[in-house]
Amino acid sequence: MTVPMETQILFAGVLFLIGLVGLLVRRNIIFMLMSIELMLNSAAMVFVMGGAHWGHADGQVMFIFILTVSAAEVSVGLALILQMYHHYRTLDADSMRKLKDHKANENL
Amino acid sequence: MNTIFYITAAVAIISSLLAITNKNPIHALLYLILSLLSISVIFYTLGAPFIAALEVIVYAGAIMVLFIFVVMMLNVGLQEEQENKWLTPQMFLIPSILAAALLVLFVIALKDFHFEKHPAIVVGPKEVGISLFTTYLIAVELSAILLLAGIVGAYHLGKQKKKVIHRFLVKQPRIKK
Repeated sequence: MTVPMETQILFAGVLFLIGLVGLLVRRNIIFMLMSIELMLNSAAMVFVMGGAHWGHADGQVMFIFILTVSAAEVSVGLALILQMYHHYRTLDADSMRKLKDHKANENL
Repeated sequence: MNTIFYITAAVAIISSLLAITNKNPIHALLYLILSLLSISVIFYTLGAPFIAALEVIVYAGAIMVLFIFVVMMLNVGLQEEQENKWLTPQMFLIPSILAAALLVLFVIALKDFHFEKHPAIVVGPKEVGISLFTTYLIAVELSAILLLAGIVGAYHLGKQKKKVIHRFLVKQPRIKK
């Protein structure tokens, strides 16, 4: 009647890997931040699943902390994206390669 | 309970996949909101009603709205030329293969664990609150400091900087580099 714990953790792992693939493939920086959100969310989900399995409140407490961290991260990240857009007029993460070697820059 | 879990898990996975592969940022964000809502239903079936409510309020309600506001402020559509050139199905091939390899490892590692089967234990908001404000009080205060730092950082970075030009230089034509 109940869903096995392995299936639940597998579901969280699949969501995490979807976020990882999105982070690797996309170069639009908004999509990269969204993928990071997905990965954080699926990692926090495992805490809640463990808390539900063993009947502890600690899992949900950890979820609340991860929620706080991701909210702070998103607010700072979106402010950085705004600054990037004002400087470069693009959301392409590859446009910010000024720190790279000058010669390597010329080849591209 | 079982079928609800599987249906919402399928919805979450499919909508996350659509969110990752979509080209339009607004559509992708709406798919991501759908994914977060279905994850919230999963939390509810797992016996964590407080977390389900927080997921809807904070994740789907606050964080995603922040994303949508930024996308609307920037007024970006389908204009990322380089990514449009790159975003072909074969671009997804190698990362997907690597992720599938990780998933296989994950399944193999998971097979060794033996969890006892019993229904999820409901942990209500009361116990969470008691645990939050007795055992983890220091962590709560630290996360308050983190949020304060987030506010200050977002304000400082999001502020439009006024360009300071010397008054003798105002009338002169700007030299273009």
